[in-house]
Amino acid sequence: MQWNSVGEFFAMGGYALYVWGSFGACALLMIAEPFLAKRRLSEVRRSLIRERLADELETQQRTQ
Amino acid sequence: MRQSIIQWFKFASPQSFYPLAGRMIPWFWAAAAAFGIAGLWISFFVAPTDAQQGEGYRIIFVHVPASWMSMFIYLVMAFWAGLGLALNTRVSAMMAQSLAPTGALMAALSLWTGALWGKPMWGAWWVWDARLTSELILFFLYLGFMALQAAIDDPRRADKAGAILALVGVVNIPIIYFSVKWWNTLHQGSTINLNKAPSMAQTMLWGMLLMALAFWMYSIAVALMRVRAIILERERHTEWVKHAVE
Repeated sequence: MQWNSVGEFFAMGGYALYVWGSFGACALLMIAEPFLAKRRLSEVRRSLIRERLADELETQQRTQ
Repeated sequence: MRQSIIQWFKFASPQSFYPLAGRMIPWFWAAAAAFGIAGLWISFFVAPTDAQQGEGYRIIFVHVPASWMSMFIYLVMAFWAGLGLALNTRVSAMMAQSLAPTGALMAALSLWTGALWGKPMWGAWWVWDARLTSELILFFLYLGFMALQAAIDDPRRADKAGAILALVGVVNIPIIYFSVKWWNTLHQGSTINLNKAPSMAQTMLWGMLLMALAFWMYSIAVALMRVRAIILERERHTEWVKHAVE
């Protein structure tokens, strides 16, 4: 390992802005994207459940 | 043989692909995490300092995987779009639609990390050279595909229009790949070359390959997550979807 201290690691030999800017952007987007995909799925699931409940309510009222 | 063909066609229906995708997702996340942890460990703690670029070269461990994936996802997207166009299979078109945002993300990361690498090494965030420009065109192709699909109300017509755009855009992929050979460019040549020994330390190579595998598994996992949402959105008026959500 070439790092003698934590500070040296974060300094990245003077390239901190570029190295952490690259890895940071990747981490940010690759955390955000699955989160958004998951939200899209749960949104459509929720609306489908609402739709079905509305259907059920309607058939109940019709039979009464 | 016949049996296996029938099996594959079975998964071409949204109804059977939806649960299958759901079962596969956790495995791809696990693989992405395992490769990612190993790759990051090598990237930061095993790979030595570069003789010319110091620690700045470590950007390669995300730049190359993102660039590879941006090109590879495009080919896969065009393949599914073309298959959907030819065979009129619904899941292939949905898969193409699901891959586009992930491909765009990879292209954006490739351009972003490239800019952050170019500034300290070349002295410029951006130059209009063949490799950078063709990668920018790839990014716009993804955005164009997504915009075109979103602009057409009838999903089946949107699939057809998108497929044609995706297939025409494939011509850009070899242009990106060979741009460093065909034109005089500031961008360095390919790091991995089949004709000669890799021009980098073994550990650097391993770090890069592991990170590429992590990006690959990530892309599959997130595309499968999105395709599940797309399946429910587009099949919402069918009977099976009504029973699929409890």
